[in-house]
Amino acid sequence: MAAPVIEVKDLYKSYGPVEAVRGVSFAVEEGEVFGLLGPNGAGKTSTVEILEGLRTPDRGVVRVCGLDPQESGDRFKERIGAILQQTNLPDKLRVKEAIELFADLYQKHADTDELLRRFQLVEKSTAFYKNLSGGQKQRLALAMALVNDPQVVFLDEPTAGLDPQVRREIYDIIEDLKRAKKTVLITTHYIEEAERLCDRVAIVDSRKVIADGTPRALKHNSAGSTRIELRLARPLTNGALAHIDAVMNCREFDGSYVLHSSRPPATIVALVKQLEAEGNELQSLEMFSPSLEDVFIELTGRRLRE
Amino acid sequence: MSASQAIDRGSRPKYFAATWSLTKVRMLLAMRNRTFFFFSLMMPMLFLIALVIFVGRHGGFISEYALGDLLTLTVMGSFWGLSVQLVTFREQGILRRFRLAPIGAGPLLASSILSNYVMTLPTLFVEILVCRWVLHIQNWGNPWAIFLLITFGSAAFSAFGLIIASVTNTMQETQLINQLIWLGFLFLSGATVPLSLMPMWIRRAALFMPATYLAAGLQTSTTNTVNFFDLATDLLGLAVSLWVAFEISRRLFRWEPEAKVPGRAKLWVIAAMIPFFVFGAYENLHGHLLDHIDQTLNFHSIAASQPTRPALPAQAEIPPQLSNLR
Repeated sequence: MAAPVIEVKDLYKSYGPVEAVRGVSFAVEEGEVFGLLGPNGAGKTSTVEILEGLRTPDRGVVRVCGLDPQESGDRFKERIGAILQQTNLPDKLRVKEAIELFADLYQKHADTDELLRRFQLVEKSTAFYKNLSGGQKQRLALAMALVNDPQVVFLDEPTAGLDPQVRREIYDIIEDLKRAKKTVLITTHYIEEAERLCDRVAIVDSRKVIADGTPRALKHNSAGSTRIELRLARPLTNGALAHIDAVMNCREFDGSYVLHSSRPPATIVALVKQLEAEGNELQSLEMFSPSLEDVFIELTGRRLRE
Repeated sequence: MSASQAIDRGSRPKYFAATWSLTKVRMLLAMRNRTFFFFSLMMPMLFLIALVIFVGRHGGFISEYALGDLLTLTVMGSFWGLSVQLVTFREQGILRRFRLAPIGAGPLLASSILSNYVMTLPTLFVEILVCRWVLHIQNWGNPWAIFLLITFGSAAFSAFGLIIASVTNTMQETQLINQLIWLGFLFLSGATVPLSLMPMWIRRAALFMPATYLAAGLQTSTTNTVNFFDLATDLLGLAVSLWVAFEISRRLFRWEPEAKVPGRAKLWVIAAMIPFFVFGAYENLHGHLLDHIDQTLNFHSIAASQPTRPALPAQAEIPPQLSNLR
């Protein structure tokens, strides 16, 4: 089996008396999109900035493409691309100039016109950086991150603060990277981002990794229940659904019944039988699987964005 | 992005190419910056207008001498802009983005110095042309000496500015230190008030300042009262200072806005001044720079009494009483 492209072992980092990362370990295989999911202040950015070579770890082992980010200098930088949590460029630098400048800094670079087309920046190619919208700035940051055709891409909160439309555009770009078999490490506190984009996720809280695996496996392994929302032709008496097989709790909400089930198939079979017996019928039924948010709540007792 | 789309530069000398690319962008940014236009183009032109008003009627040597001062002020201005710009870039987090690219501090700093030099040259050229036209200066001075002093002076003073940027943590701190040092350069170097008019202790202290060597060198070069080899001390001082200042600013360079320079690192600034401590000590003990400065001013006093003095095409035509000038 090939060595992981990104390898982090027992990583520690403090800023003065403030501990930012406490014993973080994970590995990312080639071509994998790996997410660090956690609330603000969990230590995600510190971890990714250590991986980018921007910060020095206090303790632990870090390897990217087999290289130590602190020791390997330009050889390392030629192989990575990155979006910082906040990218800034001079106000009066034009979009095309920025991409061409960064292309010139690398030994190998992508076609800059192609990058402008791909990131829908052709019309803005002569615009000053200060006149770009948040989404355009982020697309430019992505173009600059890919200007050297990197092997590994680090994306630190790439959609934070962007509107849903722009966020979806960024997701499309990251899915392109996934199809191109790039190794991507993404930090986020958006559940849907981690679930949609990541092959594997490490949940980070209180400066350490508290669970990792594929989003599906994390949800499957959790004790989180499936939520079933249903509407009936005739209302039921209080508590009539609470005794159905595998139902953990039931409550009525605005004419709908909301059940939480540990075994949804068994619950639905039992529900249909009971309704038939009572001469009632289903008007609608929706099921909601446990999300990574549920997993996070189960692990920490808090919501992700509290 | 497939690898096949990538363009490989092979063994191209990367640092040179990166420095040149950064230099071009820095020049573009400067040309789009109103503050740059004011301080780098308008201010020197205001000095030039003042010069024309106050010196214009004298003509001859006085004008040539004053042109040397004007060029000195413009070249010393290199000190200002770069430190402010670098601190701004750091505070805004712009340098962080460059840190991810495979370039070190060297190309970034070199591009600052180079772009500043290229952007200063047209101003200096205009000043020389306007002085020749409006002040009726017939003498081209010593063009090679002027060129070398401008080149090494601009680079050295830019590098001093970069050191200031490296050891200050905020824009306010940078501005304060810049102002203090600039005032010293302005009034103690002989560029605005001739050193010959100063008390002896100030004149001796001025010998420890880089600006003094630049001012003295340009004054004697524009008046053509010097031959090329006599400028060795000035040029050597500026060249060594450039090298030392560049190396120190490269070592102290900080990419991160929150990275604070340790107190002891500020002592490195003193290292940038070592060449001038050495030259200052030498000049105070054994040198003749102050004598030369006095003689140049006497020379101008004599010349000022001959407002229509013809041009001095060659050293051989300098009057005998002035032949010992450097």
